[in-house]
Amino acid sequence: MRQFRRMAYPYIVWISLLIVTPMLLILIYAFTTTGNNVASIRFSLINFEKFFSDVIFLDVLRRSLVIAVVTTIICVIVGYPVAYIIANSAEEKKFTLILLITIPTWINMLVRTYAWLGILQDDGIINTMLGFLGLGPLKMIHTSFAVILGMVYNFIPFMILQIYTSLTKMDKSLLEAASDLGANKVQAFLKITLPLSLPGIISGITLVFLPAVSSFFIPKLLGGGQYVLIGNVIESQFLTSGNWNFGSAISFIMAVIIMLSMYITKKIDRGAEKGEEA
Amino acid sequence: MKKNRKILSKIIMLGIMVFFYMPIVYTIVFSFNSKRSLTHWSGFSLEWYEKMLSNSSMMDALWTTISIAILATIISTIVGTITAIGLSKSNRILKAIVERINDFPIMNPEIVTAISLLMFFSALGVQKGYLTMLVAHVMFCIPYVMLSVSPKLRSLDPNLADAALDLGATPYQAFIKVIIPQIMPGIISGALVAFTMSFDDFIISYFVTGNGVSNISILVYTMSKRVNPSINALSTIIIFVITVVLLVINIVPVVRKKKEG
Repeated sequence: MRQFRRMAYPYIVWISLLIVTPMLLILIYAFTTTGNNVASIRFSLINFEKFFSDVIFLDVLRRSLVIAVVTTIICVIVGYPVAYIIANSAEEKKFTLILLITIPTWINMLVRTYAWLGILQDDGIINTMLGFLGLGPLKMIHTSFAVILGMVYNFIPFMILQIYTSLTKMDKSLLEAASDLGANKVQAFLKITLPLSLPGIISGITLVFLPAVSSFFIPKLLGGGQYVLIGNVIESQFLTSGNWNFGSAISFIMAVIIMLSMYITKKIDRGAEKGEEA
Repeated sequence: MKKNRKILSKIIMLGIMVFFYMPIVYTIVFSFNSKRSLTHWSGFSLEWYEKMLSNSSMMDALWTTISIAILATIISTIVGTITAIGLSKSNRILKAIVERINDFPIMNPEIVTAISLLMFFSALGVQKGYLTMLVAHVMFCIPYVMLSVSPKLRSLDPNLADAALDLGATPYQAFIKVIIPQIMPGIISGALVAFTMSFDDFIISYFVTGNGVSNISILVYTMSKRVNPSINALSTIIIFVITVVLLVINIVPVVRKKKEG
């Protein structure tokens, strides 16, 4: 079978070139300043100083985190009941409902985000309907509301599917056992269903938080040109102002924040499991 | 009590479906609007479809999207499958290293992968355009193909290929006639994931393209600054094609099963 081993070698060259080298480039750029060449490379923290000493950038970072956290919380609160209802419906209905949840995710994200543009306008369909009721018009487009709505719309299917998967894996006889032992429905849900679906919630949080914190086209399309999140700052550093060193440093900071939050989420998950055992 | 619960479930499901499909229906409806507006309906027309067909940048973007998705799917499926098979026979350390590195494009925010590739192509002095976009798509598709092929290889009986070799098959024959057919379901689902990842990609394509080469996502992003119902027309066609393909993929096996059962 050794003959087959060689088949992996070309790909090893490929990933060294196209994954490892580019990632190293981010590190090198982040810790150097412009005007360096390879021969006289000098490491510095100046890009990080620039970021953390500027109130505007810190404010953008804070706003990005708040928006991503709010989006994630909404996705859990709305996604959980939906996943729960689907997991408890009849078999043939389950299939249709999951298909209905999946279809939008296969349609281009840009197209789906663009679709909200008309709906949220000052004279769009929502404000027209509010007008009939004698309400509004509400300012929706180019607000944080529009940005969060766009993110929830794009990312909530991931949350629903993750929670749904963990709910269907659950052993239903546990619930029967609980009710035999005198637990009511609420108790059974809190003590059995919820803890057992926690892994689904955790991976759902990961799948929502990560794209939400780094998104740049949703704030641009629905928040307007003035609405800046951390992803937009990175975009402009690379595509308009051309300061790759600073842009790399911001990407590095963002990647570290994401890794830290994943780590903390996993810790909480494990802590909760241990708490259950005790 | 039970009845109330059922009604509540129905209301929640109805609400979420309206939330999911309202923008899609809205896009479709306004692609047939006779005026340049996304808010006021003024009659049915096919004007925006004609405009779309005669708009060369839209047709180019459509062609770029489809051709890159097909090429990236073919290349990444072949390379991903071959590599996964090679790794399944390699030692654990090498396997673990490749898997960790493969995690980077999957776990990293897309914008980080995008800027890393942008800097890489610039460092090489490569002219950015169609080719860089294709290379980038192949790069982020292969890990997904490997993710869906590898589990199939793990459940494959390692003695099968050995038996084929003992019986006089060349390694090539053993590969084509024994291993590949056994892992076909994994290869097909990997190819499907690769195709949709490539077809839908915006962020990475946006950073690594140049020379005026755009895919549909980039086009929507740059054109959406002005109201342009041609985007709705293009979106409607994409929505229609994807929905039909998805329904066929999902419903055909069910119908077949029912007939057999």
